[in-house]
Amino acid sequence: MAKNNLKGVFVNGILNENPTFRLVLGTCPTIAVTSSAINGLGMGLAATLVLLGSNVVISMLRNFIPNKVRIPSYIVVISTFVTMIQLFMQAFVPSLYEALGIFLPLIVVNCIILARAEAFAGKNPVAASAMDGLGMGLGFTLALTLIAAVRELLGTGSLFGMPVMGASFEPVLLFILSPGGFLVFGLVLGIINAIVDRRRAQKLHKEAKAA
Amino acid sequence: MSLRISTGPHVLTRESTQTLMLDVLIALAPATVAGVYLFGLKAAWVLCASVLSAVLSEFVWQKLMKKKSTLNDLSAVVTGLILGLNLPSGAPLWLPVIGSAVAVVLVKQLFGGLGHNFMNPAMFGRAFLLASWPARMTKFLLPERLLGASQAAFGADMASGATPLVPQKLGLTPDVALSDLFLGNIPGTIGEVCKIAILIGFVYLVAVKVITWHIPVFFVGTVALFSWVLGKDPLVAILSGGVLFGAVFMATDYVTNPMQKLGQCIFGVGCGAMVVIIRSFGGYPEGVTYAILFMNCLVPLIDRFTNRRVYGTVKSHG
Repeated sequence: MAKNNLKGVFVNGILNENPTFRLVLGTCPTIAVTSSAINGLGMGLAATLVLLGSNVVISMLRNFIPNKVRIPSYIVVISTFVTMIQLFMQAFVPSLYEALGIFLPLIVVNCIILARAEAFAGKNPVAASAMDGLGMGLGFTLALTLIAAVRELLGTGSLFGMPVMGASFEPVLLFILSPGGFLVFGLVLGIINAIVDRRRAQKLHKEAKAA
Repeated sequence: MSLRISTGPHVLTRESTQTLMLDVLIALAPATVAGVYLFGLKAAWVLCASVLSAVLSEFVWQKLMKKKSTLNDLSAVVTGLILGLNLPSGAPLWLPVIGSAVAVVLVKQLFGGLGHNFMNPAMFGRAFLLASWPARMTKFLLPERLLGASQAAFGADMASGATPLVPQKLGLTPDVALSDLFLGNIPGTIGEVCKIAILIGFVYLVAVKVITWHIPVFFVGTVALFSWVLGKDPLVAILSGGVLFGAVFMATDYVTNPMQKLGQCIFGVGCGAMVVIIRSFGGYPEGVTYAILFMNCLVPLIDRFTNRRVYGTVKSHG
Protein backbone atom coordinates (compact mmCIF):
# COMPACT_ATOMS: atom_id res chain seq x y z
CA MET A 1 0.00 0.00 0.00
CA ALA A 2 2.72 2.41 0.97
CA LYS A 3 4.63 1.58 -2.20
CA ASN A 4 1.56 2.20 -4.34
CA ASN A 5 1.10 5.55 -2.68
CA LEU A 6 4.66 6.59 -3.39
CA LYS A 7 4.25 5.69 -7.04
CA GLY A 8 0.99 7.63 -7.15
CA VAL A 9 2.67 10.68 -5.68
CA PHE A 10 5.45 10.44 -8.26
CA VAL A 11 3.14 10.07 -11.28
CA ASN A 12 0.85 12.77 -9.94
CA GLY A 13 3.58 15.38 -10.37
CA ILE A 14 4.16 14.41 -13.97
CA LEU A 15 0.57 14.05 -15.17
CA ASN A 16 -2.45 15.09 -13.10
CA GLU A 17 -0.74 17.91 -11.29
CA ASN A 18 1.95 18.80 -13.78
CA PRO A 19 3.29 22.08 -12.33
CA THR A 20 3.45 23.85 -15.69
CA PHE A 21 0.39 22.58 -17.51
CA ARG A 22 -2.05 21.70 -14.74
CA LEU A 23 -1.06 23.98 -11.83
CA VAL A 24 0.32 26.73 -14.10
CA LEU A 25 3.12 27.54 -11.66
CA GLY A 26 6.59 28.81 -12.48
CA THR A 27 5.49 30.43 -15.73
CA CYS A 28 8.24 33.07 -15.64
CA PRO A 29 11.15 30.65 -16.25
CA THR A 30 8.85 28.65 -18.51
CA ILE A 31 8.68 31.54 -20.95
CA ALA A 32 12.13 33.01 -20.32
CA VAL A 33 14.48 30.03 -20.70
CA THR A 34 12.68 27.86 -23.25
CA SER A 35 14.29 29.36 -26.35
CA SER A 36 16.31 26.19 -26.88
CA ALA A 37 15.69 22.59 -25.85
CA ILE A 38 19.01 22.32 -24.00
CA ASN A 39 18.19 25.36 -21.89
CA GLY A 40 14.73 24.00 -21.09
CA LEU A 41 16.12 20.61 -20.09
CA GLY A 42 18.92 22.16 -18.03
CA MET A 43 16.60 24.51 -16.20
CA GLY A 44 14.17 21.68 -15.50
CA LEU A 45 16.85 19.36 -14.12
CA ALA A 46 18.34 22.11 -11.95
CA ALA A 47 14.89 22.82 -10.51
CA THR A 48 14.32 19.08 -10.01
CA LEU A 49 17.49 18.69 -7.94
CA VAL A 50 16.59 21.71 -5.81
CA LEU A 51 13.06 20.42 -5.40
CA LEU A 52 14.24 16.97 -4.37
CA GLY A 53 16.73 18.36 -1.84
CA SER A 54 14.46 20.99 -0.36
CA ASN A 55 11.48 18.63 -0.11
CA VAL A 56 13.54 16.03 1.75
CA VAL A 57 15.13 18.50 4.19
CA ILE A 58 11.92 20.41 4.84
CA SER A 59 10.06 17.16 5.40
CA MET A 60 12.71 16.09 7.94
CA LEU A 61 12.51 19.43 9.73
CA ARG A 62 8.73 19.75 9.54
CA ASN A 63 8.20 19.02 13.24
CA PHE A 64 10.88 21.49 14.37
CA ILE A 65 10.01 24.53 12.28
CA PRO A 66 7.57 26.82 14.15
CA ASN A 67 4.52 27.55 12.03
CA LYS A 68 4.96 31.34 12.14
CA VAL A 69 8.43 31.37 10.63
CA ARG A 70 8.00 28.47 8.25
CA ILE A 71 8.26 30.51 5.01
CA PRO A 72 11.63 32.13 5.89
CA SER A 73 12.90 28.75 7.04
CA TYR A 74 11.82 27.12 3.76
CA ILE A 75 13.54 29.89 1.81
CA VAL A 76 16.79 29.34 3.71
CA VAL A 77 16.68 25.63 2.91
CA ILE A 78 15.79 26.22 -0.74
CA SER A 79 18.45 28.89 -1.25
CA THR A 80 21.07 26.56 0.20
CA PHE A 81 20.30 24.01 -2.48
CA VAL A 82 20.07 26.64 -5.21
CA THR A 83 23.52 27.96 -4.28
CA MET A 84 24.92 24.45 -4.40
CA ILE A 85 23.40 23.75 -7.83
CA GLN A 86 24.55 27.12 -9.08
CA LEU A 87 28.17 26.56 -8.04
CA PHE A 88 28.02 23.03 -9.42
CA MET A 89 26.74 24.20 -12.82
CA GLN A 90 29.22 27.05 -12.96
CA ALA A 91 32.00 24.52 -12.50
CA PHE A 92 30.85 21.75 -14.83
CA VAL A 93 28.48 23.21 -17.46
CA PRO A 94 29.59 26.85 -17.78
CA SER A 95 27.83 27.41 -21.14
CA LEU A 96 24.47 26.33 -19.74
CA TYR A 97 25.17 28.39 -16.64
CA GLU A 98 25.72 31.45 -18.84
CA ALA A 99 22.61 30.75 -20.93
CA LEU A 100 20.28 30.42 -17.93
CA GLY A 101 21.69 33.59 -16.40
CA ILE A 102 19.58 35.20 -13.69
CA PHE A 103 16.93 32.49 -13.87
CA LEU A 104 19.19 30.02 -12.09
CA PRO A 105 19.47 32.00 -8.82
CA LEU A 106 15.81 32.90 -9.24
CA ILE A 107 14.90 29.24 -8.62
CA VAL A 108 14.95 30.35 -4.97
CA VAL A 109 11.67 32.16 -5.49
CA ASN A 110 10.27 29.70 -8.04
CA CYS A 111 6.72 29.18 -6.85
CA ILE A 112 6.69 25.47 -7.70
CA ILE A 113 9.36 24.81 -5.09
CA LEU A 114 7.79 26.99 -2.42
CA ALA A 115 4.37 25.55 -3.24
CA ARG A 116 5.57 21.95 -2.83
CA ALA A 117 7.32 22.84 0.44
CA GLU A 118 4.17 24.49 1.73
CA ALA A 119 1.59 22.07 0.35
CA PHE A 120 3.40 18.74 0.57
CA ALA A 121 6.79 18.51 2.26
CA GLY A 122 5.69 20.46 5.34
CA LYS A 123 2.98 17.88 6.04
CA ASN A 124 4.24 14.53 4.75
CA PRO A 125 6.94 12.00 5.65
CA VAL A 126 10.35 12.04 4.02
CA ALA A 127 9.93 9.26 1.44
CA ALA A 128 6.68 10.65 0.06
CA SER A 129 8.16 14.17 -0.03
CA ALA A 130 11.16 12.93 -1.99
CA MET A 131 8.85 11.23 -4.49
CA ASP A 132 6.74 14.35 -4.76
CA GLY A 133 9.83 16.50 -5.39
CA LEU A 134 11.10 14.08 -8.02
CA GLY A 135 7.71 13.79 -9.76
CA MET A 136 7.02 17.51 -9.76
CA GLY A 137 10.56 18.24 -10.92
CA LEU A 138 10.38 15.77 -13.78
CA GLY A 139 6.94 17.10 -14.74
CA PHE A 140 8.44 20.59 -14.87
CA THR A 141 11.43 19.31 -16.86
CA LEU A 142 9.24 17.52 -19.40
CA ALA A 143 7.03 20.59 -19.84
CA LEU A 144 9.97 22.95 -20.30
CA THR A 145 11.68 20.59 -22.72
CA LEU A 146 8.49 20.17 -24.75
CA ILE A 147 7.89 23.91 -25.06
CA ALA A 148 11.56 24.59 -25.73
CA ALA A 149 11.77 21.88 -28.39
CA VAL A 150 8.80 23.33 -30.29
CA ARG A 151 10.25 26.84 -30.08
CA GLU A 152 13.75 25.77 -31.10
CA LEU A 153 12.45 23.66 -33.97
CA LEU A 154 10.34 26.46 -35.45
CA GLY A 155 12.55 29.36 -34.43
CA THR A 156 15.94 28.04 -35.52
CA GLY A 157 15.19 24.85 -37.45
CA SER A 158 17.24 22.68 -35.11
CA LEU A 159 16.63 20.40 -32.15
CA PHE A 160 19.03 20.20 -29.19
CA GLY A 161 21.43 22.23 -31.31
CA MET A 162 21.33 19.87 -34.30
CA PRO A 163 19.84 21.20 -37.56
CA VAL A 164 16.89 19.03 -38.62
CA MET A 165 14.74 21.15 -40.92
CA GLY A 166 16.96 21.26 -44.02
CA ALA A 167 18.70 24.19 -45.66
CA SER A 168 15.66 25.66 -47.44
CA PHE A 169 13.77 26.19 -44.18
CA GLU A 170 13.65 29.85 -43.17
CA PRO A 171 13.33 29.91 -39.38
CA VAL A 172 10.30 31.65 -37.88
CA LEU A 173 12.28 34.04 -35.68
CA LEU A 174 9.20 35.00 -33.67
CA PHE A 175 9.27 31.65 -31.88
CA ILE A 176 12.58 32.26 -30.15
CA LEU A 177 11.50 35.78 -29.15
CA SER A 178 9.37 36.17 -26.04
CA PRO A 179 6.01 36.48 -27.91
CA GLY A 180 6.78 33.01 -29.30
CA GLY A 181 7.18 31.76 -25.73
CA PHE A 182 3.74 33.02 -24.79
CA LEU A 183 2.22 31.64 -28.00
CA VAL A 184 3.66 28.13 -27.65
CA PHE A 185 2.94 27.96 -23.92
CA GLY A 186 -0.66 29.06 -24.49
CA LEU A 187 -1.25 26.70 -27.38
CA VAL A 188 0.23 23.63 -25.64
CA LEU A 189 -1.76 24.51 -22.50
CA GLY A 190 -4.91 24.76 -24.63
CA ILE A 191 -4.32 21.43 -26.33
CA ILE A 192 -3.67 19.68 -22.99
CA ASN A 193 -6.80 21.22 -21.48
CA ALA A 194 -8.83 20.03 -24.46
CA ILE A 195 -7.47 16.48 -24.04
CA VAL A 196 -8.17 16.47 -20.30
CA ASP A 197 -11.71 17.79 -20.85
CA ARG A 198 -12.42 15.17 -23.46
CA ARG A 199 -11.16 12.34 -21.24
CA ARG A 200 -13.18 13.64 -18.31
CA ALA A 201 -16.30 13.77 -20.47
CA GLN A 202 -15.69 10.21 -21.68
CA LYS A 203 -15.24 9.02 -18.11
CA LEU A 204 -18.48 10.67 -16.99
CA HIS A 205 -20.23 9.17 -19.99
CA LYS A 206 -18.99 5.68 -19.08
CA GLU A 207 -20.01 6.08 -15.46
CA ALA A 208 -23.44 7.26 -16.49
CA LYS A 209 -23.82 4.23 -18.74
CA ALA A 210 -22.66 1.86 -16.02
CA ALA A 211 -25.10 3.30 -13.49
CA MET B 1 -59.82 43.55 -42.78
CA SER B 2 -57.02 41.36 -41.54
CA LEU B 3 -54.41 42.77 -39.22
CA ARG B 4 -51.08 41.11 -38.97
CA ILE B 5 -49.84 41.11 -35.40
CA SER B 6 -46.18 40.60 -34.69
CA THR B 7 -43.56 41.74 -32.21
CA GLY B 8 -40.94 44.32 -33.08
CA PRO B 9 -38.69 45.17 -34.77
CA HIS B 10 -40.96 45.94 -37.67
CA VAL B 11 -38.51 47.74 -39.89
CA LEU B 12 -35.62 45.60 -40.97
CA THR B 13 -32.45 46.91 -42.55
CA ARG B 14 -30.81 45.02 -45.34
CA GLU B 15 -27.51 45.70 -43.60
CA SER B 16 -25.62 42.60 -42.47
CA THR B 17 -22.03 41.60 -41.79
CA GLN B 18 -21.87 40.52 -45.41
CA THR B 19 -22.97 43.89 -46.82
CA LEU B 20 -20.61 45.76 -44.50
CA MET B 21 -17.68 43.60 -45.54
CA LEU B 22 -18.69 44.03 -49.17
CA ASP B 23 -18.55 47.79 -48.68
CA VAL B 24 -15.07 47.48 -47.19
CA LEU B 25 -14.00 45.38 -50.18
CA ILE B 26 -15.37 48.03 -52.55
CA ALA B 27 -13.47 50.69 -50.62
CA LEU B 28 -10.30 48.61 -50.84
CA ALA B 29 -10.70 48.18 -54.61
CA PRO B 30 -8.99 51.45 -55.66
CA ALA B 31 -5.94 50.75 -53.47
CA THR B 32 -5.82 47.18 -54.78
CA VAL B 33 -6.05 48.22 -58.41
CA ALA B 34 -3.47 50.98 -57.91
CA GLY B 35 -1.11 48.57 -56.16
CA VAL B 36 -1.36 45.95 -58.90
CA TYR B 37 -0.96 48.63 -61.58
CA LEU B 38 2.09 50.11 -59.88
CA PHE B 39 3.89 46.97 -58.82
CA GLY B 40 2.85 44.68 -61.62
CA LEU B 41 1.46 41.16 -61.74
CA LYS B 42 3.55 39.78 -58.89
CA ALA B 43 1.61 42.04 -56.51
CA ALA B 44 -1.60 40.42 -57.76
CA TRP B 45 -0.19 36.98 -56.95
CA VAL B 46 0.68 38.09 -53.42
CA LEU B 47 -2.87 39.38 -52.92
CA CYS B 48 -4.42 36.21 -54.36
CA ALA B 49 -2.29 33.98 -52.13
CA SER B 50 -3.20 36.03 -49.10
CA VAL B 51 -6.96 36.01 -49.73
CA LEU B 52 -7.07 32.34 -50.71
CA SER B 53 -5.10 31.33 -47.64
CA ALA B 54 -7.36 33.35 -45.33
CA VAL B 55 -10.52 31.82 -46.81
CA LEU B 56 -9.09 28.31 -46.86
CA SER B 57 -7.82 28.49 -43.27
CA GLU B 58 -11.21 29.66 -42.05
CA PHE B 59 -12.94 26.88 -44.00
CA VAL B 60 -10.59 24.15 -42.79
CA TRP B 61 -10.63 25.32 -39.17
CA GLN B 62 -14.42 25.48 -39.04
CA LYS B 63 -14.68 22.05 -40.65
CA LEU B 64 -12.18 20.57 -38.17
CA MET B 65 -13.90 22.16 -35.17
CA LYS B 66 -17.33 21.19 -36.56
CA LYS B 67 -18.48 24.80 -36.46
CA LYS B 68 -20.95 26.53 -38.75
CA SER B 69 -19.14 27.98 -41.72
CA THR B 70 -19.01 31.78 -41.73
CA LEU B 71 -17.32 32.15 -45.09
CA ASN B 72 -20.35 33.98 -46.47
CA ASP B 73 -19.80 36.99 -44.22
CA LEU B 74 -16.71 37.80 -46.32
CA SER B 75 -14.69 38.78 -43.25
CA ALA B 76 -11.95 36.27 -44.11
CA VAL B 77 -11.67 37.80 -47.58
CA VAL B 78 -11.27 41.27 -46.04
CA THR B 79 -8.63 40.03 -43.58
CA GLY B 80 -6.70 38.31 -46.36
CA LEU B 81 -6.87 41.31 -48.69
CA ILE B 82 -5.80 43.80 -46.01
CA LEU B 83 -2.88 41.59 -45.02
CA GLY B 84 -1.86 41.20 -48.65
CA LEU B 85 -1.96 44.95 -49.20
CA ASN B 86 0.38 45.29 -46.21
CA LEU B 87 3.12 43.15 -47.76
CA PRO B 88 5.93 44.17 -50.07
CA SER B 89 5.21 43.29 -53.69
CA GLY B 90 8.24 41.04 -54.05
CA ALA B 91 7.30 38.78 -51.14
CA PRO B 92 7.60 35.02 -51.79
CA LEU B 93 4.13 33.51 -51.89
CA TRP B 94 4.56 31.44 -48.72
CA LEU B 95 4.75 34.69 -46.75
CA PRO B 96 1.12 35.78 -47.35
CA VAL B 97 -0.03 32.16 -47.01
CA ILE B 98 1.46 31.79 -43.53
CA GLY B 99 0.46 35.31 -42.50
CA SER B 100 -3.19 34.86 -43.43
CA ALA B 101 -3.41 31.46 -41.78
CA VAL B 102 -1.95 32.88 -38.55
CA ALA B 103 -4.26 35.89 -38.71
CA VAL B 104 -7.44 33.87 -39.23
CA VAL B 105 -6.77 30.84 -37.02
CA LEU B 106 -4.69 32.26 -34.18
CA VAL B 107 -6.24 35.70 -33.75
CA LYS B 108 -9.79 35.29 -35.01
CA GLN B 109 -10.94 31.68 -34.67
CA LEU B 110 -9.11 30.73 -31.46
CA PHE B 111 -10.74 33.66 -29.67
CA GLY B 112 -14.18 32.63 -30.88
CA GLY B 113 -14.54 33.94 -34.41
CA LEU B 114 -15.55 37.29 -35.85
CA GLY B 115 -16.43 39.79 -33.14
CA HIS B 116 -14.39 38.11 -30.41
CA ASN B 117 -10.86 38.89 -31.52
CA PHE B 118 -9.18 41.50 -29.31
CA MET B 119 -6.70 42.45 -32.00
CA ASN B 120 -7.00 43.23 -35.66
CA PRO B 121 -6.21 39.83 -37.27
CA ALA B 122 -4.53 41.26 -40.38
CA MET B 123 -2.35 43.53 -38.24
CA PHE B 124 -1.26 40.64 -36.07
CA GLY B 125 -0.52 38.60 -39.19
CA ARG B 126 1.74 41.39 -40.41
CA ALA B 127 3.43 41.79 -37.02
CA PHE B 128 4.02 38.03 -36.93
CA LEU B 129 5.65 38.07 -40.36
CA LEU B 130 7.67 41.19 -39.57
CA ALA B 131 9.09 39.68 -36.37
CA SER B 132 9.76 36.32 -38.03
CA TRP B 133 11.25 37.33 -41.37
CA PRO B 134 12.33 40.96 -40.97
CA ALA B 135 14.58 40.96 -44.04
CA ARG B 136 11.85 39.64 -46.35
CA MET B 137 9.24 41.99 -44.94
CA THR B 138 11.30 45.15 -45.40
CA LYS B 139 12.62 44.48 -48.89
CA PHE B 140 10.51 46.95 -50.80
CA LEU B 141 10.53 47.07 -54.56
CA LEU B 142 10.22 50.28 -56.50
CA PRO B 143 6.97 50.45 -58.50
CA GLU B 144 7.46 48.99 -61.96
CA ARG B 145 5.23 51.57 -63.54
CA LEU B 146 5.50 55.08 -62.22
CA LEU B 147 2.55 57.43 -62.31
CA GLY B 148 3.15 60.95 -63.55
CA ALA B 149 6.76 62.01 -63.89
CA SER B 150 10.18 61.89 -62.26
CA GLN B 151 11.33 58.35 -63.04
CA ALA B 152 14.77 59.93 -63.31
CA ALA B 153 14.65 60.71 -59.62
CA PHE B 154 15.22 57.05 -58.81
CA GLY B 155 17.62 56.03 -61.54
CA ALA B 156 16.55 53.67 -64.27
CA ASP B 157 18.01 50.40 -62.99
CA MET B 158 17.07 50.71 -59.35
CA ALA B 159 14.91 47.74 -58.45
CA SER B 160 14.49 48.02 -54.73
CA GLY B 161 14.85 50.84 -52.27
CA ALA B 162 14.19 52.09 -48.82
CA THR B 163 10.85 53.70 -48.05
CA PRO B 164 10.95 57.47 -47.55
CA LEU B 165 10.81 56.71 -43.84
CA VAL B 166 14.35 55.38 -43.68
CA PRO B 167 16.09 58.69 -44.47
CA GLN B 168 13.67 60.36 -42.04
CA LYS B 169 14.76 57.90 -39.40
CA LEU B 170 18.35 58.92 -40.01
CA GLY B 171 17.43 62.58 -39.60
CA LEU B 172 17.54 63.43 -43.32
CA THR B 173 14.85 64.89 -45.52
CA PRO B 174 13.79 62.30 -48.10
CA ASP B 175 14.53 63.35 -51.65
CA VAL B 176 11.02 62.67 -52.97
CA ALA B 177 8.50 65.08 -54.47
CA LEU B 178 5.20 65.39 -52.62
CA SER B 179 3.34 64.46 -55.80
CA ASP B 180 5.26 61.16 -55.93
CA LEU B 181 4.36 60.45 -52.32
CA PHE B 182 0.75 61.21 -53.14
CA LEU B 183 0.51 59.17 -56.33
CA GLY B 184 2.51 56.22 -55.03
CA ASN B 185 5.79 56.54 -56.92
CA ILE B 186 7.70 55.30 -53.88
CA PRO B 187 8.84 51.92 -52.57
CA GLY B 188 6.44 50.50 -50.03
CA THR B 189 3.83 47.81 -49.42
CA ILE B 190 1.32 47.04 -52.15
CA GLY B 191 -1.63 48.94 -50.72
CA GLU B 192 -0.09 51.80 -48.78
CA VAL B 193 1.74 53.72 -51.52
CA CYS B 194 -1.08 55.24 -53.60
CA LYS B 195 -2.65 57.82 -51.30
CA ILE B 196 -5.32 58.97 -53.79
CA ALA B 197 -6.73 55.44 -53.98
CA ILE B 198 -6.85 55.23 -50.19
CA LEU B 199 -8.63 58.57 -49.94
CA ILE B 200 -11.23 57.42 -52.49
CA GLY B 201 -11.82 54.38 -50.30
CA PHE B 202 -12.12 56.59 -47.23
CA VAL B 203 -14.69 58.86 -48.88
CA TYR B 204 -16.71 55.81 -49.96
CA LEU B 205 -16.66 54.24 -46.48
CA VAL B 206 -17.81 57.48 -44.87
CA ALA B 207 -20.44 58.09 -47.56
CA VAL B 208 -22.06 54.67 -47.09
CA LYS B 209 -21.73 55.12 -43.31
CA VAL B 210 -19.63 52.02 -42.74
CA ILE B 211 -17.20 54.13 -40.72
CA THR B 212 -17.28 57.63 -39.28
CA TRP B 213 -14.51 60.14 -39.86
CA HIS B 214 -13.39 60.27 -36.22
CA ILE B 215 -10.67 57.63 -36.00
CA PRO B 216 -8.91 58.32 -39.32
CA VAL B 217 -8.98 62.09 -38.89
CA PHE B 218 -7.75 62.05 -35.29
CA PHE B 219 -5.16 59.39 -36.16
CA VAL B 220 -3.71 61.28 -39.14
CA GLY B 221 -4.10 64.67 -37.45
CA THR B 222 -2.12 63.52 -34.42
CA VAL B 223 0.66 62.16 -36.62
CA ALA B 224 0.86 65.49 -38.46
CA LEU B 225 0.77 67.61 -35.31
CA PHE B 226 3.21 65.48 -33.35
CA SER B 227 5.66 65.24 -36.28
CA TRP B 228 5.48 69.01 -36.72
CA VAL B 229 6.20 69.53 -33.02
CA LEU B 230 9.27 67.28 -33.37
CA GLY B 231 10.48 69.41 -36.25
CA LYS B 232 9.56 67.12 -39.16
CA ASP B 233 7.57 67.92 -42.27
CA PRO B 234 4.01 66.95 -41.29
CA LEU B 235 2.89 66.32 -44.89
CA VAL B 236 5.78 63.97 -45.58
CA ALA B 237 5.09 62.21 -42.29
CA ILE B 238 1.49 61.54 -43.27
CA LEU B 239 2.12 60.60 -46.88
CA SER B 240 5.04 58.24 -46.37
CA GLY B 241 4.57 54.79 -44.91
CA GLY B 242 1.28 53.21 -43.91
CA VAL B 243 -0.35 55.94 -41.86
CA LEU B 244 -3.20 56.68 -44.25
CA PHE B 245 -3.88 53.03 -45.07
CA GLY B 246 -3.75 52.06 -41.41
CA ALA B 247 -5.95 54.94 -40.31
CA VAL B 248 -8.65 54.27 -42.91
CA PHE B 249 -8.76 50.49 -43.14
CA MET B 250 -7.14 49.00 -40.06
CA ALA B 251 -7.78 51.29 -37.12
CA THR B 252 -11.47 51.41 -38.07
CA ASP B 253 -12.07 47.67 -37.67
CA TYR B 254 -15.37 47.47 -35.75
CA VAL B 255 -14.33 44.70 -33.42
CA THR B 256 -11.14 46.27 -32.15
CA ASN B 257 -11.97 49.92 -31.62
CA PRO B 258 -13.94 51.69 -28.88
CA MET B 259 -17.72 51.93 -28.98
CA GLN B 260 -18.31 55.60 -28.22
CA LYS B 261 -17.26 58.59 -30.32
CA LEU B 262 -15.15 60.03 -27.48
CA GLY B 263 -13.38 56.70 -27.07
CA GLN B 264 -12.77 56.51 -30.81
CA CYS B 265 -11.18 59.96 -30.74
CA ILE B 266 -8.90 58.90 -27.87
CA PHE B 267 -8.10 55.72 -29.80
CA GLY B 268 -7.17 57.71 -32.92
CA VAL B 269 -4.98 60.14 -30.97
CA GLY B 270 -3.27 57.22 -29.20
CA CYS B 271 -2.55 55.44 -32.50
CA GLY B 272 -1.13 58.62 -34.03
CA ALA B 273 1.04 59.37 -31.02
CA MET B 274 2.38 55.80 -30.93
CA VAL B 275 3.25 55.94 -34.63
CA VAL B 276 5.33 59.09 -34.18
CA ILE B 277 6.94 57.77 -31.00
CA ILE B 278 7.99 54.54 -32.73
CA ARG B 279 9.17 56.38 -35.84
CA SER B 280 11.18 58.93 -33.88
CA PHE B 281 12.48 57.03 -30.87
CA GLY B 282 11.94 53.32 -31.57
CA GLY B 283 14.01 50.79 -33.46
CA TYR B 284 11.84 50.57 -36.58
CA PRO B 285 11.40 53.20 -39.29
CA GLU B 286 7.62 52.53 -39.37
CA GLY B 287 5.28 51.82 -36.49
CA VAL B 288 1.70 51.80 -37.78
CA THR B 289 1.24 48.06 -37.21
CA TYR B 290 2.51 48.09 -33.64
CA ALA B 291 0.71 51.36 -32.85
CA ILE B 292 -2.64 49.90 -33.87
CA LEU B 293 -2.02 46.58 -32.10
CA PHE B 294 -1.00 48.47 -28.96
CA MET B 295 -4.12 50.59 -29.00
CA ASN B 296 -6.25 47.50 -29.73
CA CYS B 297 -5.12 46.17 -26.36
CA LEU B 298 -6.18 49.39 -24.65
CA VAL B 299 -9.69 49.36 -26.12
CA PRO B 300 -11.37 47.64 -23.14
CA LEU B 301 -9.83 50.27 -20.86
CA ILE B 302 -10.94 53.15 -23.08
CA ASP B 303 -14.43 51.67 -23.29
CA ARG B 304 -14.58 51.41 -19.53
CA PHE B 305 -14.00 55.12 -19.10
CA THR B 306 -15.99 56.44 -22.03
CA ASN B 307 -19.05 54.20 -22.26
CA ARG B 308 -22.13 55.94 -21.04
CA ARG B 309 -23.74 54.60 -17.92
CA VAL B 310 -26.96 52.77 -18.68
CA TYR B 311 -29.85 54.90 -17.40
CA GLY B 312 -30.98 53.78 -13.98
CA THR B 313 -27.90 51.79 -13.07
CA VAL B 314 -25.70 52.72 -10.14
CA LYS B 315 -22.53 54.59 -10.87
CA SER B 316 -19.62 52.25 -10.30
CA HIS B 317 -16.48 53.36 -8.59
CA GLY B 318 -13.05 52.59 -9.97
